[in-house]
Amino acid sequence: MAEIQSNEGGGKKKKGGSKQKKLSVHIDFTPMVDMNMLLITFFMLCTSLSKPQTMEISMPSNDKKLTKDDQPPVKASKAITLVLAGGDSLFYYNGLPDYKDYNSLKLSSYDANGIRSFLLSRNKEATVKIQELKKQREELKISQDTLQARISRIKGGKDTPVVIIKATDNATYKNLIDALDEMQICNIGLYVIDKITPTETFLMKNYRSKGAFSKNTGK
Amino acid sequence: MSKVKVARKSTRIDMTAMSDVTVLLLTFFMLTSTFVKKEPVQVTTPASVSEIKIPETNILSILIDPKGKVFMSMDKQGDMMETLTKVGKDYGVTFTDEELKKFKIASTFGVPMKSMKAYLALKPDQQDKVLATLGIPTDSLDNQFKSWVRNAKLTNPELRIAIKADQGTPYKVIKDVMTSLQDLRENRYNLITALKK
Repeated sequence: MAEIQSNEGGGKKKKGGSKQKKLSVHIDFTPMVDMNMLLITFFMLCTSLSKPQTMEISMPSNDKKLTKDDQPPVKASKAITLVLAGGDSLFYYNGLPDYKDYNSLKLSSYDANGIRSFLLSRNKEATVKIQELKKQREELKISQDTLQARISRIKGGKDTPVVIIKATDNATYKNLIDALDEMQICNIGLYVIDKITPTETFLMKNYRSKGAFSKNTGK
Repeated sequence: MSKVKVARKSTRIDMTAMSDVTVLLLTFFMLTSTFVKKEPVQVTTPASVSEIKIPETNILSILIDPKGKVFMSMDKQGDMMETLTKVGKDYGVTFTDEELKKFKIASTFGVPMKSMKAYLALKPDQQDKVLATLGIPTDSLDNQFKSWVRNAKLTNPELRIAIKADQGTPYKVIKDVMTSLQDLRENRYNLITALKK
């Protein structure tokens, strides 16, 4: 409803009046607002604001042609194996598996006091260095590129632990993502997702039976 | 007695300012948001601290529902048609132009090859219902998933693979998908997650 009001007012005619009439243009914006509201509602319902995050992983190649020489062994002192079991539980052991001692396999959890504190304590040196670098970055002493380069150098350092993630069939996808998340939080440079082997199944059974399993099987 | 005169006030409100605000909001929504893709199954992605954003184009997304059904979607319709033709060749099925056209407008696909023709003959609303009960076979006997990924990669080598799985999906299914990808030497891919609060 656009209307044009002419303010001719009281009818006082001015003498010699070839003056232009003053027009005030009033446009009713109500339908416009209605339509916009409708469109906004549509956009709010049919679109998503946040783009999904993503995690980039690279898996090892399972090419049959690769020999043992192509896969450099990891020092036992550096290796940590995480076993993701069902029911949101998580086990880990250091280095080589110990079949006799059921306590070598340790039960842990996904929260901050669980596996994170353990990994951080193992990776203390790198974590401290990276935190220092990040602080420097905040104070704008170094550029983003140097920060990235230095972080990757620290992560690939000599004494940083190597984590092997092995998930059982009972674990969920969330468990896997949580575990990968911990790698990022704890600044673990080298980690790999591997298939579960009989070793882990044995260790878990042994843990649950408190060592009776290894005695019975006589290993 | 004189009557009390009630002053008649005009109730007209100037809507110009309101209109300004709504247009501003509208512009904001149009610029920042992306359209939600129609997905046959509801999937809640797990949260993570990763802050890398997913690229917008050349994505082959693999959707895995809690029960382990696998669906796929691609962002380019031309690629979808070509991929279907190639996969059809692998399984000895040829598609007519009309079937290809029907296939490319679907946002997500995931039907075993043997029922693909029957599926494409259905009406769109029926398709949606049926699709949720199907899924691409990933088991070792009849791994059609591999064929889809391989042909999609052949069609568009720039394609990036993104896995979007529900947080409750058993690892067994994920493992099947990951091993299939490893067999195809697709060793780098993305896992789609939500931002941890």
